[in-house]
Parts: sequence; structure tokens; C-alpha cells
Amino acid sequence: MDIIFNGKAREIQDGTCIQELLDQMQLDCMQLVVEHNNVIIPRQRLAETPLNNGDALEVIHFVGGG
Amino acid sequence: MQIKVNEQDHSFAENTSLGSVRDRIKSDADLLIVNGFPASAEAVLSNGDQVVLIKRGEAPRVEEFDALMTARHTPGVHARVKDATIGIAGVGGLGSAIAIALARTGIGHLIIADFDLVEPSNLNRQQYFIDQIGLPKVYALRDTLARINPHVRVTACHLRLTPEIIPEVFGHAQVLVEAFDLADQKVMLIENFAARFPDRPIVTGSGMAGYGPANTVLTQQVARNLYLCGDATTAAAPGTGLMAPRVGVAAHHQANAVLRLLLGEPPDKEGKL
Repeated sequence: MDIIFNGKAREIQDGTCIQELLDQMQLDCMQLVVEHNNVIIPRQRLAETPLNNGDALEVIHFVGGG
Repeated sequence: MQIKVNEQDHSFAENTSLGSVRDRIKSDADLLIVNGFPASAEAVLSNGDQVVLIKRGEAPRVEEFDALMTARHTPGVHARVKDATIGIAGVGGLGSAIAIALARTGIGHLIIADFDLVEPSNLNRQQYFIDQIGLPKVYALRDTLARINPHVRVTACHLRLTPEIIPEVFGHAQVLVEAFDLADQKVMLIENFAARFPDRPIVTGSGMAGYGPANTVLTQQVARNLYLCGDATTAAAPGTGLMAPRVGVAAHHQANAVLRLLLGEPPDKEGKL
């Protein structure tokens, strides 16, 4: 199936949840804000949120400093 | 002729002296300024002059201060910022500068939260003073804000922001400013505020360490209600420390983003606010 990942089309395996996709991409969810179809998903819910064809996912990486 | 006195318009007869304006508007003023320069009571005014009358050591009253801010910021803008409540999570390098900029802008109510104390090493970039070392940052900052604009209401919360208390502390904040240091804490704050208040904007900071170009710091909409200020990549690390100029640039991007959101200014087509 196809999703929009950070504004670009991306093909992923059917039945993938958000956590699995982040793991496959070796992204550390402790430093990411994930927005799924315009809703920010808390990290503890990434594993229980399935992705569907046509979904929009925005993954924002944070770095330290302030 | 028309003369502006303490930001208010007045009409006077031609050739009126500065002293007679003082006597009519503020007779106890002991410092008289015309068009930016100190002047004597005998000075004769001209049409369009801008006069400031000050009594040394006297703080302007609420109404006077309000009139000054209205004149500086235009009435529509001042009315909107005066009624606003803004939350600031973390008052280190980003948050202390953001709070000062927003207080100077005349934001009505600031909620500031941080568990930290002022340490000597903070003084390289954070808006604290030598005589505030050891104080909780939120109380030191509250004192500083009161010296700038005593009419801004400040709710100072000396505590560690956990997922449970974030909605309670910032329940009245129309816009939340994320100004933490650690990346995982930034994420924790954003997730928990957005979960409870999905329709309220969050202005976050990421990527402002070092002394790279200031021009790479941007304000961008990165999610429906999330605006990120910084270069998004330069982390604080050995050799790339947090320094006053670039942290200040990012902080003022954040403060300006808050102001633009309050005034209803939209981002451009590329998402830059």
C-alpha cells in the first residue's frame, strides 16, 4: 500500500503499524513527534496504530538544545 | 499645532514652550525630552514634535502604560495580545528570552514552568543575572518581567513538567511554547499537550546550537498545529555549545511565531510562518 511520508509517496507493506515502520527505518521514537492524518500520536500508541492506504504521516525529528 | 506628548496627541498654540506643556500635562515631570533629546523648559516647540515628560523614579500607571503600548503597537494589535495567555515550558536559554520578548509585547498572562535553579554556567545565554544565581529560574524570571512590565500577569510554576500535570499547568494557555533542552522532553511535552488540546498551536525549538549562520534558523509549520523554530539539525554537543546569539535568534523566532499566531497571520505556501 502507499502512504504519504513527510509529504512524499512511499510504498510500505500491508498491515504495517507506525511503530513497525519507524523500526524498519531505524528511527528513535524518543526523539520524534509523529503526526498521523493530522493527529499527533503519543509514543505509547505508535504500536497500536495501524497504517492504511493513503494515510499521511509526518515524522518530525528533534535535536537537543534550548 | 499638533504635538505628541507621552504618545498622545495634543493641540497647542504656536510657539508654546516645553515648560508650559509640562505644566499643563505633567507638572511634576523633571526630565523633558523633545524628539529624542533632553531639552530645557524654555525650548519652543514646533508642529509635529514628540515630547516625553518623565518624573524620575516614577513608574507609569496601568492606564498610562496601556496607552503607551497601544500607541506603539496600534490599538487592534495591543487589544489582542493584552487578552492572551501563553504557556512557556522551560525557561532556560530559549524560554527566558521568549518570556521577556512576550512581556515587552504586552501579552496579558504568561504561565512559566521549570524546575531548574539559576547556575553560573547559564549566564552565557540565559536571561538571568549574577545576583540571581541559586534562585529557582521561574521566580528570578518573574522578578525580571515585573521590572520590565509590571502589568503582565505571571504564573510561575516551580516544578518538573510530567505527562500528568502538563494539561493542568497549561490548561489556560492559548498557545504553548516548548523551550526545553533535551530532545526526548520536547517530544514528551508536545505529545501530551497535543493529546489534550489538539486544536491549540504549539511553538517548538529544535536546532539552535553553535555559531553557524543565523540565516539557517527558520519558523516552519511541521504539523497541523506545530510550528518549529530552528535549523532542525544542529544539536547541542561537545564543540557545538549553546551560545547567546543563535539561541537568541531561535527564541525570538518562537516569540514572533506566537505573536503571528495570536494575530491570525497564516504561514506561506511552503509552510513558513
